[in-house]
Amino acid sequence: MNESLHLWLIPLLPFIGFLLNGLLGRRLPKAVVSAIALLAPLGSFLVVLLASRAALPHSESYGNWITVGPLNIDLTFVLDQLSLIMLLVITGVGFLIHIYSVGYMHDDEGYWRYFAYLNLFLFFMTTLVLAGNALLMFVGWEGVGLASYLLIGFWFQKKSASDAGKKAFIVNRIGDFGFLIGLFLLLANFGTLSFSDLAQKIAANPTMTGGVLTAIALCLFIGATGKSAQLPLYVWLPDAMEGPTPVSALIHAATMVTAGVYMVARTHFIFDRSPLALSVVAIIGAATALFAATIGLVQTDIKRVLAYSTVSQLGYMFLGCGVAAYSAAIFHLMTHAFFKALLFLAAGSVIHAMGGEQDMRKMGGLRTKTPITFWTMTMAVLAISGFPFMSAFFSKDAILAAAFASGSLGKLLWFVGLVTAGLTAFYMFRLWYLTFFGETRSHDAHSHESPWSMLGPLAILAVLSVGGGWIGAGRFGAFLSPVLGTKTEELTGSLEYIMMALAVAAGALGWFLAHRMYHQRSAAAQLAAPAPAGYNLLQNKYYVDEFYNLIVVKPLLTLSKYFLEWVVDFAILGGLAWLLAGIASLSGAILQRWQSGNIRSYAAWLALGAAVLLYFVLAPHVFGAASLHLGMAGH
Amino acid sequence: MHLSPEVPLVWYLLLSAVLFCLGVVGFLIKRNLITVFMSIELMLNAVNLSFVTFAHQWHDVKGQIFVFFVMVVAAAEAAVGLAIIIAVFRARATLAVDRIDLMKL
Amino acid sequence: MDSMILTLILLAPLAGAILVALLPDRSKLPAWLALISTLVTFGLALHLPAHYDAAHPGFQFVVNKPWIENPAIFYHVGVDGLSLWLVVLVGLLGPIGVLASWKAIQRREKVYYSLFLVQQTAMLGVFISLDLMVYYGFWELSLVPMAILIAMYGRKNGPAAATKFFLFTFIPSAPLLVAILYLYSRTGSFQFPDLRTDIAVGAVPAGALFWVALAFLFAFAVKVPVFPLHGWLADTFSEAPVAMAMVVAGKLGLYSMLRFHVGLFPVQAHNIAPLLIALGVIGILYGACLALVQRDYWRFLAFAAMSHLGLITVGVYGFTLTGWTGATYQILNNELIDAALFVLLGALEIRYATSQIAAYGGLANRVPRLATLFVIVSLAMIGLPMLNGFIGEFLILSSTFTISHSWAIAATVGVILSAAYMLWMIQRVFYGTESKLAAESPATDLRLSEQLVLWPIAVLLLIMGVAPNLWLRTIETAPKPIVLQQARSADQPAVTSVPMEVQR
Repeated sequence: MNESLHLWLIPLLPFIGFLLNGLLGRRLPKAVVSAIALLAPLGSFLVVLLASRAALPHSESYGNWITVGPLNIDLTFVLDQLSLIMLLVITGVGFLIHIYSVGYMHDDEGYWRYFAYLNLFLFFMTTLVLAGNALLMFVGWEGVGLASYLLIGFWFQKKSASDAGKKAFIVNRIGDFGFLIGLFLLLANFGTLSFSDLAQKIAANPTMTGGVLTAIALCLFIGATGKSAQLPLYVWLPDAMEGPTPVSALIHAATMVTAGVYMVARTHFIFDRSPLALSVVAIIGAATALFAATIGLVQTDIKRVLAYSTVSQLGYMFLGCGVAAYSAAIFHLMTHAFFKALLFLAAGSVIHAMGGEQDMRKMGGLRTKTPITFWTMTMAVLAISGFPFMSAFFSKDAILAAAFASGSLGKLLWFVGLVTAGLTAFYMFRLWYLTFFGETRSHDAHSHESPWSMLGPLAILAVLSVGGGWIGAGRFGAFLSPVLGTKTEELTGSLEYIMMALAVAAGALGWFLAHRMYHQRSAAAQLAAPAPAGYNLLQNKYYVDEFYNLIVVKPLLTLSKYFLEWVVDFAILGGLAWLLAGIASLSGAILQRWQSGNIRSYAAWLALGAAVLLYFVLAPHVFGAASLHLGMAGH
Repeated sequence: MHLSPEVPLVWYLLLSAVLFCLGVVGFLIKRNLITVFMSIELMLNAVNLSFVTFAHQWHDVKGQIFVFFVMVVAAAEAAVGLAIIIAVFRARATLAVDRIDLMKL
Repeated sequence: MDSMILTLILLAPLAGAILVALLPDRSKLPAWLALISTLVTFGLALHLPAHYDAAHPGFQFVVNKPWIENPAIFYHVGVDGLSLWLVVLVGLLGPIGVLASWKAIQRREKVYYSLFLVQQTAMLGVFISLDLMVYYGFWELSLVPMAILIAMYGRKNGPAAATKFFLFTFIPSAPLLVAILYLYSRTGSFQFPDLRTDIAVGAVPAGALFWVALAFLFAFAVKVPVFPLHGWLADTFSEAPVAMAMVVAGKLGLYSMLRFHVGLFPVQAHNIAPLLIALGVIGILYGACLALVQRDYWRFLAFAAMSHLGLITVGVYGFTLTGWTGATYQILNNELIDAALFVLLGALEIRYATSQIAAYGGLANRVPRLATLFVIVSLAMIGLPMLNGFIGEFLILSSTFTISHSWAIAATVGVILSAAYMLWMIQRVFYGTESKLAAESPATDLRLSEQLVLWPIAVLLLIMGVAPNLWLRTIETAPKPIVLQQARSADQPAVTSVPMEVQR
């Protein structure tokens, strides 16, 4: 608020990177493209670091964007504790992933295009986080959807890739529809979209609860389910694995998908006033966590397992939000960014080592061939399973504890979260055993370790996954309280330790089962044996995609083609026009017969016409007074 | 006044009307083009008769002058009309009114 | 200069048309003359925003000279916040159209370019006329070159499409003329400002006014087109040459609705507004659904355009300040986006000689620049924030929401559908495996004439999305209808919408 922190640099640097690489990248040498692409996130990261020393919250305004009558939206960036953490994660992890991509995408023709899109993504994501009003946030919100579309469909010659990109964008749009309605409601009821103004207005009105605020919260949450892949709009995320693996790491693990969580945290002052909305958020979060974890149990593609894992972990974050433990949710967001990005990058390294193979059934024994990848991934697997004192241990625990402390619904959801933790450990260790242990099932003996451009980020992320929790344990809530408020119900003392122990036990159980089933024997049939029907259901992702296709897509297309186009447009409207035209030409055809060319008929009509005229001329005189009277009466 | 041995005026008018009607009927019914033409002439002359009659009745010479106009027009029309009939006959080799119907849509 | 400028703008394309008609057709002379003429017109048109005084809303650059004594027709022209940018837009679409036709039109160029310029004159005349008879003259005039050129250059069925187009848009003009004459008989004037005050004070009986307003509305609604009067649109887009099709739909009808329907008959317009909002929303959804299943990309574009014009119709009849401003701005946005799409699809047609979507596939490798621009323009069309389409869309939808939650929500569904059909189109044409056609035909990426048109438009789309206030400032000053006597009903719109204002 005193001097400018030049927050505008944070999104601008990536945008310049996008323009340079996008317009000129095709002709520039790879080294220059990489340099431009890497300098952008690095520069933004440095600006964020510099800005973090200032007094928060700090807002900067760059003028008006839209001004019509009483509507006034301006370009305002706000840096507070919440956006600071997000920015550090986005630019920091983003930078690491950029470095990784230099190695991973080295042989790709579209190298320049990839980095242009990646920078574009950073531009939109930082805008989203820095935005001081909801409309500016929406710019970033849709923008990251665009970047996601471009990057998922990066290898556009592949139909499955471009299909996946299209699906992602459209499903996101359904969520955006909800977001827009939320914006309209905000505008109609409060006349402003600025977060600070809205917070003030709502705070000034302590009795306002439920009603409109519930509607707003739910609409915004619909947007979040789209962007953050929750039930029912999660279906795009698994397909998004068609994109390059670093993209999955950055966008579909660490940053874009967390936008929904960030948005809920940012607008928490609305959610706080609507217990119904919070319950919905929590229930959907927990349900999604469980649902996705069950699907992840049986997937055979390494990236798909991680995708469903992401959906599941996002569910945890929303569970945290739903019990008003926003800072716990953000804490988990941060730790998740570390270990999930690591998991994806390591998976990329595995895939790279396997020469492009992604099916875990064909992997095995990579422990010795790719040791660094193995060790870093192990750190991540331990972290996500809630291994004591690693990052997720603290963050997951914070959420589960907060859930338990939130009434009877909270306890139920806590239990769901606990079960999910067990499942999480199971499928992660299953992945671990299938990939790294046992006999080498691949026939290609050329598996080798990845270059240092890829391994370096893995190592850094591994350190963060292990130690990242210590950054926030106990202090996270306090740090974020100026923005997010404090949670009133807290678990203390022995209950908290019992919770922790239970969570660790669940994780250990999952590891144990995975060990029994996959370390000794390695076949997918293990799981199938007890319940083949259930297994099929899970393998086919509960047939949700097919269901949506049946209920939404097919009817829409059928309706449009057969009813709207044929019946309404062609038959009814076209028919009406044809009818009118037909009447015109029919009457023309009838009248045409008058011009018969027959002289006698002409003569007859002539005579008749003359007689009629004569009548009208003579009638007044012949019938005299009588017709005059008739005439007068008419007027 | 003394009874004039003249023909009453009404009879002239009746004659004119009858002639006119004959002309109209002939115009409508006859199948030969020249006969139709003659009927037209008949109509014109019937009108001439009525003009003259009224001119006598009102002692106004304007009616008789108008007869000259009508006669000139009739003559011109006869000339042009007969020329057209000859041209039509040369083209279609028929004078039956019903067969000359090319001027149709 | 100020008093002459509108006349000059009007005459520049006409002079160009005469020159093209008189001079010989050699070495692309007609095309060059047309280009120079349209550039001159555009340059002159830019004088308007440069010298418009936003502090004095109302008509500026006015010329009001008696022309015919009986009936009293004046040469009365002027622009205000509503028509200012529309004039500039028509000026801009001139050189764009000429460049788009450069390679596409290979025969009888003299006829083509001179009629093109006459069309431009007619459109400019519609936007600046303030005398109803002069306006009507230009309105009808704009139909003629369009119909002729459709008949001449139609791809499959030119004359039939031309007839359909002409009849569809001409027949409703007959009641319009009757209505105009009736107004004259009641008030003795064709002048827009006079009529506005006369009607407001009740010089015309209310019963008759209903029919008059309806006649006006009917003629304008066909030209937009509003569902269900859109039957002419798809065939016209399929058959008309690119440069003509890009100007045929939308702006004339929508401008006339704002100026002469809402402007002259606010009470009647307000009464019929719910119907128009409903038709607009239906148009949005109907157009989107049909766009999803078209096999020919010109028809696809027709329905996509219809969908977006439906949104603007909703904005016009929402009777909110934000909505009107948003609608006017969106007319500009839509026309630019549609023009760009026409150029792009036309470029495809020049290279591959077919408009069947199924024949295409995997083109992104062969024509990367075309693909990139197509994606950018499509994103603008579906309302991606930071591009211009979003601004108008947001303004219209948010203001409609204050009037009717349900209609606004229904209209917002269009957002999802537009993404669906545009991305489907992009995928079918540019992504995936290369189709036989793409693999076999040698194709060049965009030529200079095409790039000269498209890149500036793309930049303009971005600027209009990021800095809309540059335009909104002047558009906002458009005169509002005189305050209505009847009170607003229960759904009192909240803070952002100011329905009526006293005439300044």
